[in-house]
Amino acid sequence: MMIPLPLFVAIPLTTSFIVPFFGQKTKGIATLLANIATTCLLVLSIYVLITGQTGIYQLGKWSIPIGINLVLDGLSALLLLTISIVSFAAMLFSIQYMEQYTAKPKYLCLFLLMVSGMNGVVLSGDIFNMFVFLEIASIASYALVGFGCEHEELEASFKYMVLGSVASMFILFGIGLVYGITGTLNFAYISKIIQSAGLNNGLYFALGMFIVGFGLKAALVPFHAWLPDAHPSAPAPISAMLSGVLIKALGVYALVRIIFNIFGVSIPIGWILVTLGVLSMVIGVFLAVGQWDFKRLLAYHSISQMGYVVLGVGIGAVVLAQGKDPAWASLAILGGLFHLINHSVFKSLLFLTSGSIELSTGSRQLKQLGGLAEKMPMTRTMCTIASAAIAGIPPFNGFWSKLLIVLAAVKAGFYGLAAVTVLVSLVTLISFLKVQRYVFLGDLPEKLSHVKESKGSMAWSMGILACLCIVMGLFLLWGPLRDQILTPAVQVLVQNLYSSDIISMQ
Amino acid sequence: MLYAMCFLLFIIGLYCVLVKKNMVKIVLGIVIMEYAVNLFLIMLGYRSGGIAPIVGQDEYTSGLVDASFIQASVDPLPQALVLTAIVISLGSLALMISICIRTYERYGTFDITQIRRLKG
Repeated sequence: MMIPLPLFVAIPLTTSFIVPFFGQKTKGIATLLANIATTCLLVLSIYVLITGQTGIYQLGKWSIPIGINLVLDGLSALLLLTISIVSFAAMLFSIQYMEQYTAKPKYLCLFLLMVSGMNGVVLSGDIFNMFVFLEIASIASYALVGFGCEHEELEASFKYMVLGSVASMFILFGIGLVYGITGTLNFAYISKIIQSAGLNNGLYFALGMFIVGFGLKAALVPFHAWLPDAHPSAPAPISAMLSGVLIKALGVYALVRIIFNIFGVSIPIGWILVTLGVLSMVIGVFLAVGQWDFKRLLAYHSISQMGYVVLGVGIGAVVLAQGKDPAWASLAILGGLFHLINHSVFKSLLFLTSGSIELSTGSRQLKQLGGLAEKMPMTRTMCTIASAAIAGIPPFNGFWSKLLIVLAAVKAGFYGLAAVTVLVSLVTLISFLKVQRYVFLGDLPEKLSHVKESKGSMAWSMGILACLCIVMGLFLLWGPLRDQILTPAVQVLVQNLYSSDIISMQ
Repeated sequence: MLYAMCFLLFIIGLYCVLVKKNMVKIVLGIVIMEYAVNLFLIMLGYRSGGIAPIVGQDEYTSGLVDASFIQASVDPLPQALVLTAIVISLGSLALMISICIRTYERYGTFDITQIRRLKG
């Protein structure tokens, strides 16, 4: 059975406009509705992946170059699954965690609006529609960062909003340039025109605009200034969503789609990606080591781990453009995309454990915590699993994707890049040992002697993500699962049949 | 030439965002950037002496819809894009201004050099 693609946008969008009507007394119903919506999305996205459904949906039956179309291919399906997993876990976590805030239905409304925006971005088949969905997700996330309305939150929200709006304007300017030169907005037709006519100066300028704009959205160094303020200031489930999927769907996915499927890879563009990736990896991790705020430390690690994803994809682009063996390009891109989904699982788990600790102790400063291993054994276990995964310790999922990136770098002859990758992984391990030491080991401070372990939905959502951290190595190691989930996504980027597929499918 | 002026307006907005210290002026900088982009999009579809690309009953029956009609009419698509972009920027402007007001309530100032609790 074909699933109508607009459902992925329509379900969260409809629910998000229903939930604000519930007041303070009936907010239980609103929470239930929101959870049902995210569960539906999870089921739908797993179904789409298992059946291997691909296709296009023409809104209002307008044929392709004229109307709006939604496209589902391997890469979109992988991103949909990632968004659904993280939003399901974060929504489950919010049931208890958001009780401390006053306006829970409004929070649920913004949350679902953000989810529908992200689903729209990954499904959209034309460039302006992508911009509209990107703005829906961004505006919802600006409001969610400032949700607490305290000093720090408002400041972070303003900073995020200014940089985010500047990024959006860059993207819109690029879209205008592309439309002016090619005369169409549809991804497939732009790509067809570029393949026959080649890039001219105007299109290079547009590509530069896109790299700056999406780089700002993805918080790649040197465009990262907003992330370490914005992500820690949001409520914990929203930090998990922002770090887990928002920077990927809005930033990396859009950038990769535009570079690989529309403009086509070339050696300079590949090296730009590799440079951005290496800078983010190294600078992000060294800034992270010195942090004493738990969530701020995690936010800097997000920058560093996004660097891995961009590096993997960038190595793939360089190898493809050099015309070497495409098997190594596939390997590098496989590593990058696998790290993308792994990072969203373990980073959202880490943010959820930080939320659990903050709810129980009222603090997230590492120096004020300590000795929580006995008081919060469950949270401690989850945090240890996620830390091992992010540091790349086998058999957790982070190890496999980092191994793939290192292998691909060595095979393609970039020994320096492989060495940097391993070194950054080591520094990551050091900073998470610091977290373990200061939060869970050592002496318990006097005022924390009464803390209680988190229970119920919070424990469940963390448990689900921790199980995923352990079993996700199978996505790579077990052939049938890999062919179903990861390989189609890699093929979309390596083979570059996007435009001919879509033009022939209509 | 006109496109270059558009880009100049965009750069003026960017300069305003990067240099100004007052929150409201930063918001105005973003608005100037939005206007520059909207102007650019509108100019993409402009033709001097163009006609509206609307086919009524008379034109259809008299067979006026041909290549010359398409050559003479302005491109309607950028106008639709600009309408959408204006609505989006209205939404984000409202949010930005409300965040500014809330920040003023907390800090008692619009000066971003004094609103600095986050660092590291």
